[in-house]
Amino acid sequence: MAYTYFPGCCMHGFARHCQDSLYAVFNALGLELRELPDWNCCGATTYSSVDEHQAFVLAARDLALADQVGLEVVAPCTACYMVLKKTKDFLGRYAELRALIDRTLASGGLHYEGRVEIRHPLEILLRDVGVKALKAKVKRPLRGWNVVPYYGCLIARPYALSEGMSLEAFDHFIPVLGANLVDFELRDRCCGGSVTGTIEEVGHRLVYILLHQAKRNNADVMVTICPLCQLNLEAHQGKIKRQYGDDVTIPVPYFTQLIGMALGLSDQALGLNKLLVPIRWDVSTRGLGAREPAPA
Amino acid sequence: MNEGVRIPGSLPASEQALRRRFLEEANLVPGGERISLCLQCGTCTGSCPVSYAMDISPRMLIALFRAGHIEEILRSRTIWICASCYMCTTRCPQAIKITELLYALKRTAMDAKLYPDRFPVYVLSRTFVRLVNRYGRSHELLLLLIYYLRRNPLELLRLMPLGLSLWRKGRISLFPSKIKGVRAIRDILRGAEALELPREKEAAQYVEGVVGYRAVG
Repeated sequence: MAYTYFPGCCMHGFARHCQDSLYAVFNALGLELRELPDWNCCGATTYSSVDEHQAFVLAARDLALADQVGLEVVAPCTACYMVLKKTKDFLGRYAELRALIDRTLASGGLHYEGRVEIRHPLEILLRDVGVKALKAKVKRPLRGWNVVPYYGCLIARPYALSEGMSLEAFDHFIPVLGANLVDFELRDRCCGGSVTGTIEEVGHRLVYILLHQAKRNNADVMVTICPLCQLNLEAHQGKIKRQYGDDVTIPVPYFTQLIGMALGLSDQALGLNKLLVPIRWDVSTRGLGAREPAPA
Repeated sequence: MNEGVRIPGSLPASEQALRRRFLEEANLVPGGERISLCLQCGTCTGSCPVSYAMDISPRMLIALFRAGHIEEILRSRTIWICASCYMCTTRCPQAIKITELLYALKRTAMDAKLYPDRFPVYVLSRTFVRLVNRYGRSHELLLLLIYYLRRNPLELLRLMPLGLSLWRKGRISLFPSKIKGVRAIRDILRGAEALELPREKEAAQYVEGVVGYRAVG
């Protein structure tokens, strides 16, 4: 199966390791990602605070390019995911806006059809591979690992996930890998997004609340599905530790890194060396992970 | 005898202009008019993860809008603190698109050049838009460099340790990549460009109009 891959700016920047692991896992599962040719920034949540019309035009250009390819769009950054979905929703529901945007796109020789759907890679894995098939591919189960899932805001807000998908359904990928799924009541609470960069003290507090609660729930690993959440949650752990006097050190891998580890892919291919808070096989002292040597 | 007759009041002209501008922006948000259905229940404020840091809570913001105090809203830190988590929008019992309306307020503030004192977060949005318009994509290093140089270059020092560790891990790209269709994008965006006019703060001039909820619509 092949999909149009919409990386978003961060996957080519600070989230390279997320992209590495995404490609590695999709390859290992026989799924093909084809990067959308000449994609542009989706505008994120920032562009629409300057100009709504231009923000829609930006995202609509990507959707129009994806229409030409015709394959389902995989967006691994939840901000891109939400913005593309929002644009598709607005253009689908409001004919006047659509006509306006289409006129603007036409000046660049493009036309918006709205044929392709936007998916997060985790939706694809659960729908097109499925938990059973994924389980069959697990070579190194993450036995004894206590894992909290953290999804962040934009994957299920304000737009619902696709039919049959929910954050509860998302949770299933963790036990499949052999790890313990630790319930996490804050799994869709805000990590601060860009606020960690603009108003540091506010952003740090949001990150602290999440890390503190994850540790309190006895988690060894906090897994994320958004590259910006991933950066926010791991980049400020040192500062937060000093500021709040609370040791919140916990590895925060991107979900395809965790899946890739269980599938037996190499650290290199998964970009594990690029994590700021390293994840090791002995991350948990509870299970066999520490004692079981990794197969060569 | 004038008993029972009410004299229509009005809003200052500057406020009326801001109000008109905001309502135009809010109208770009499909369903934006639902702001008038607010019950003042406070679910938005209670759900907001950053309301503790705001000078005007989301509920209060809608109350101020009704009372005809757009300028106060635009000068608040609130609209720039919002992290776009959409929790208020999802939970609002009246289905008011609060997050989208905050974007509309940000646009109104940018347009009117009204910002909170010593709180230049809006510079990030501006810088982001400039980068995207120039390269077709955002670039984290340039974005943060320009933002902090404009805001307070000394703060760059605080970012150095994080920058260095990301650099060591190979997670910083030094140069932005320009997309092939960037010229086309600029043309397209120019077609969509909204006029940006500088605005002077006007002295209160009272003009004819109604007062109360009818005045603030």
